[in-house]
Amino acid sequence: MNFLDFEKPIADLIEQIEKQKAIGEKSKVDVSVAVRQLELKLAETRKNLYSDLTPWQRVQLSRHPDRPYTLAYIDAITDKNFVELFGDRTVKDDKAIVGGLGSIDGQTVMFIGQQKGTTTKQRQFRNFGMANPEGYRKALRLMKMAEKFNKPVVTLIDTPGAFPGLEAEERGQGEAIARNLFEMARLKVPIICIIIGEGASGGALGIGIGDKVLMLENTWYSVISPESCSSILWRSWDYKEKAAEVLKLTADDMLKQKLIDGIIKEPIGGAHTQPEQMFKIVKHEILKHLKELKKETPKELVDKRIDKFCAMGVVVE
Amino acid sequence: MSWFKRIKEGITTSTKEKKETPEGLWHKCSSCKHIVPSKDHASRMYVCEKCGYHDRINSQEYFEMLLDEDQDAIELNENLSSADPLNFVDTKKYTDRNKDSQKKTGLKDAIRTVAGKIHGEGVVIACMDFTFIGGSMGSVVGEKISRAIDYCLENKLPLIIISKSGGARMMEAAYSLMQMAKTSAKLTRLADAGLPYISLLTDPTTGGVTASYAMLGDLNISEPGALIGFAGPRVVKETIGKDLPKGFQTAEFVLEHGFLDFIVDRRELKLKLGQVLGMLKS
Repeated sequence: MNFLDFEKPIADLIEQIEKQKAIGEKSKVDVSVAVRQLELKLAETRKNLYSDLTPWQRVQLSRHPDRPYTLAYIDAITDKNFVELFGDRTVKDDKAIVGGLGSIDGQTVMFIGQQKGTTTKQRQFRNFGMANPEGYRKALRLMKMAEKFNKPVVTLIDTPGAFPGLEAEERGQGEAIARNLFEMARLKVPIICIIIGEGASGGALGIGIGDKVLMLENTWYSVISPESCSSILWRSWDYKEKAAEVLKLTADDMLKQKLIDGIIKEPIGGAHTQPEQMFKIVKHEILKHLKELKKETPKELVDKRIDKFCAMGVVVE
Repeated sequence: MSWFKRIKEGITTSTKEKKETPEGLWHKCSSCKHIVPSKDHASRMYVCEKCGYHDRINSQEYFEMLLDEDQDAIELNENLSSADPLNFVDTKKYTDRNKDSQKKTGLKDAIRTVAGKIHGEGVVIACMDFTFIGGSMGSVVGEKISRAIDYCLENKLPLIIISKSGGARMMEAAYSLMQMAKTSAKLTRLADAGLPYISLLTDPTTGGVTASYAMLGDLNISEPGALIGFAGPRVVKETIGKDLPKGFQTAEFVLEHGFLDFIVDRRELKLKLGQVLGMLKS
């Protein structure tokens, strides 16, 4: 288990419990009462700590190294009934965006999402979840395939941004994202987008145009990361907490601004503390929304989707 | 050595007889340093006569340059301005930043939309102003483009967007991000109606603007030397940890990689736009 700085009280309690248990085993003394008390205290501490997180703490949780990533969700939700599909048919296969056909309670769904790595080697392999243009073009190819066979699309979003590299520019990063926004807006099948970790700017939005855009409780979604915002507006990296606050990037804030359609609750302590529980909740949400969206004709879906995004923004006449 | 010595000391011209040289009478090219009278520079559409360098200009100049003189052009939704839905404060309040920019530029926000004619062809032009908070895209930019498209749909007119922007406006956070979605979604309506959309990317066009409407034209065109990219050059340089190749992210580079239809000299812009619009007319 990895712990974040603000999770220290929890880490301490867990350590105490482990110690008690070790003593119990070693000396054959009954420690069950002490352990039970500590566990109660742990539950209480968790509840208090997580009921009132600051925006920056949520950003930290969204990047927790133990947090489940896209493929873990897909495997669990489809019960491993998943066929991964590779490549954009033009340049190459981008490892930062994965996708493929999955079966969820008998329904075929096209899953697409950014993938981060769990080990250093994996993280490099996945380019830290930062896609190149071919990643976005692979996503679009799969969405077009879904449209052809009338299958709904579910995207799982978790990226620190689109990759700002030299080759990404050569191959048209801007065009690739723009094309996705345009084509997703008018795709004739239901699209559900779920932010499961980081929702950083255009890199997230590039697979984020949907009939239902949902955020897990401890995620963030904005035009820029708090760190970059701090460095641009305050010309220093030290204002990331402040930036996280002013950007209003939490799920609650985003719902209040009417820029997303709903929030998915996480188990207390975050998705990583009980991943199996988290997968179940997400699966339930997907099925619930699919059932609703399937009642609409393709035209209704597209019209509503376009109107929804066109209503976003606040101006003064 | 008497010829080194001043015979009369100090300035002898009386204040009354002092001749003022008006500011901005001369223009010095920022690329080749060639100096010409400002008036001549303006008459050449702010393009250097010697090296062809295209100066950054504002919406007013583009409108004057492109629209037919004898036709009445109307500005659309000219009174839209930014709200401050997030009460955003960084080193300065967003509302103050906005007011200061409005005062300084005489503009309401970073884009203006006009319906008029180019060589007799009816058209709607949306043109961004870089002088207004770096041409950043917030709710007003998104809404004005959205309404310009509505106007195109109602009156069956083609759309030209002249982009000049550093990207999304951070002070509107996720609202500004969603303007990318909004404008792109709206453009599908124009496409479905079979109306042409020409995107002119001028110096500079980066970030969220590149990653939405600027790259979605039926024709994507640009002016010589314009900076066009998704990530800014500084960010790319930091990412790769090397110096960038010469000409990286210029219009010529982007054309070479297949993302522009052509590059046009500003002095021929109107002619070429008229030509293309005429050919696309149903």
